Amino acid sequence: MTKYGPYDPTLDYAPGPAPTRKGGGVETPSWKPLHMSRRNFLRGVVCSGVVIGGSAYLFSTTTPARSDTRAVERLVRLTVNGRTHSIEVPPNETLAHTIRYRLGLTGTKIGCNQGECGACTVLAGDTTIYSCSTLTHRVREVDITTVEGIAGPDGALHPVQQAFIDEIAPQCGFCTPGQVVTAVALLKKNPKPTIEEARLAMSGNLCRCGAYDHYLRGIMKAAERV
Amino acid sequence: MTDVMHNFELFQPATLADAQAILGDHSDAWVLAGGMDSLDWFKHRVKQPAVVVDIGNIPDLHGIREEEDGGLWIGATTTLTEVNESEAVKSRFPILAEAALKVASPQIRNRGTIGGNVAQDTRCVYYRDGFPCYRAGGNTCYANTPTAMNREHALFEVSRCVAVSPSDTATALAALEGVFVVQRGGSQQEVAAEDFFIGPDVDITRMTMLEPGDILVGIRIPAKWAGSRQYFEKVADRNAWDFALVNVAMAASVEDGAISDISIVCGAVQCTPRRLSDVESLVRGEAPGEELESLVKRVAARGAEPLNFNHFKIPLMENLAVRAIRSLA
Ligand SMILES: Cc1cc2nc3c(=O)[nH]c(=O)nc-3n(C[C@H](O)[C@H](O)[C@H](O)COP(=O)(O)OP(=O)(O)OC[C@H]3O[C@@H](n4cnc5c(N)ncnc54)[C@H](O)[C@@H]3O)c2cc1C
Ligand code: SF4
Ligand code: FES
Ligand code: FES
Repeated sequence: MTKYGPYDPTLDYAPGPAPTRKGGGVETPSWKPLHMSRRNFLRGVVCSGVVIGGSAYLFSTTTPARSDTRAVERLVRLTVNGRTHSIEVPPNETLAHTIRYRLGLTGTKIGCNQGECGACTVLAGDTTIYSCSTLTHRVREVDITTVEGIAGPDGALHPVQQAFIDEIAPQCGFCTPGQVVTAVALLKKNPKPTIEEARLAMSGNLCRCGAYDHYLRGIMKAAERV
Repeated sequence: MTDVMHNFELFQPATLADAQAILGDHSDAWVLAGGMDSLDWFKHRVKQPAVVVDIGNIPDLHGIREEEDGGLWIGATTTLTEVNESEAVKSRFPILAEAALKVASPQIRNRGTIGGNVAQDTRCVYYRDGFPCYRAGGNTCYANTPTAMNREHALFEVSRCVAVSPSDTATALAALEGVFVVQRGGSQQEVAAEDFFIGPDVDITRMTMLEPGDILVGIRIPAKWAGSRQYFEKVADRNAWDFALVNVAMAASVEDGAISDISIVCGAVQCTPRRLSDVESLVRGEAPGEELESLVKRVAARGAEPLNFNHFKIPLMENLAVRAIRSLA
């Protein structure tokens, strides 16, 4: 096993293997060297607590091949927003990491990274899940929808998105992608929810700004328009 | 504070037999169902098993079946949302549906399984933060010192460890006298709720009788309480995410205005769901009403030994027991 030294924030980390070209020659964005900007570095420190933890993640794709044939393969096909990607994902990677750092879909936020805030909510099929608390390997066979996949192909906003704008629902906006995804799932299942039903459905999405009533109003407005 | 998870090998067997074979090959293998509890342990780097066996692909462990005797069988990997939305559960055992609905948040219920919910480890903050306490193999309890934050901890049956049962569905299943079907080695065992959940006096490192290598296959709920008068209530700091400070589940039958049979259980007051047998024997044969309620209040928490910061759980528990009995009036 490679040993990882303490992280030096002034250096870019060494890029991984050369970019792989698959399916239509699209470059897998995860291999682009991440420039360790001050913001990235701070994020690494804040999210991982210890700096070493952050670097272990960045290099985690270099673990040796497994010996037991029955263990999962690292190469997975993952369908996100209708597009199937062939990517290498280590078994210990969460869906939130795969979506953000391998597929570059940074609309999905990581707030708490432990199932306590809802910022990372995505759809697996029609159900909402916390992508921070789901292994990517668990959802290989499920269609994933992130906030980027909510608007129409022509970019037309979903009624929920439009209603959130109309109701000035987001304040800082960090929880908004999760709120949008959860609200869309609710209206798919229950197009005319009562306010209490909406409140229950949204109860897994924390809003640090406390804009709950605005989001609820947005949902009720969207329900009229869907 | 969370970290990236340690490296582990992941297995996703498609049959129970394969899962058992893998568990047999690797003595420290970790069973993963919805992962809502497990991934927390990994991200905090407190538990770092080298092998993780994801049982989510095994059809035998999933689903809800009606049994011939009028009871139900619920597979271990059935999600809490599925339990909560099942018509069979709602019509026969509403307290189980309600308990499942009160767990955590909708997204957690969509992934979290009933098997994982009853098998989850305790939420004692010291232990979860990796303190080397009794439960973690050390020789002290950090939650039971004069300055410890032990507002969530136990009132009863303390044996060195003062942690409490975290699960909401466990309380309901204990009240419904559920039977836990456990695959151990080549055979299946049926374990009653009072033997499935174990206290620190039996084994301080585990919350259930499940040992490494065991798989909980499902839970059988006997017909006994199907359609009876039932009551569930959970009190927590917030309506979403928070674990119960105290919860209560009751199933009872009332004949000619008197309580003919009853099963009542409180969770989060000791390491296992606590059957309130004093209340049960007190109310059997009695008519619900104010007089009975005042007696129930007196016995519900009898014998409680509060810690520094959890005295409030005593009146809370008494009042929840009273409200359960009041629902029969
Ligand atoms: C933020 C948050 C809030 C929560 N709030 C509540 C709450 O209010 N009430 C409540 O009751 N719970 C609560 N929980 C706990 C959550 O409900 C449980 O963690 C969840 O139900 C566990 O199910 P799972 O399938 O995800 O378990 P996993 O994490 O997959 O497993 C949990 C444990 O059970 C073992 N296990 C699972 N299935 C089996 C099986 N079939 N055989 C043998 N062992 C097995 C695993 O090895 C592991 O040790 C909360 C969790 C979080 C993260
Ligand atoms: S209550 Fe139990 S789990 Fe918590 S610190 Fe004490 S011994 Fe450890
Ligand atoms: S980041 Fe997933 S729930 Fe907070
Ligand atoms: S708008 Fe700021 S967290 Fe919700």
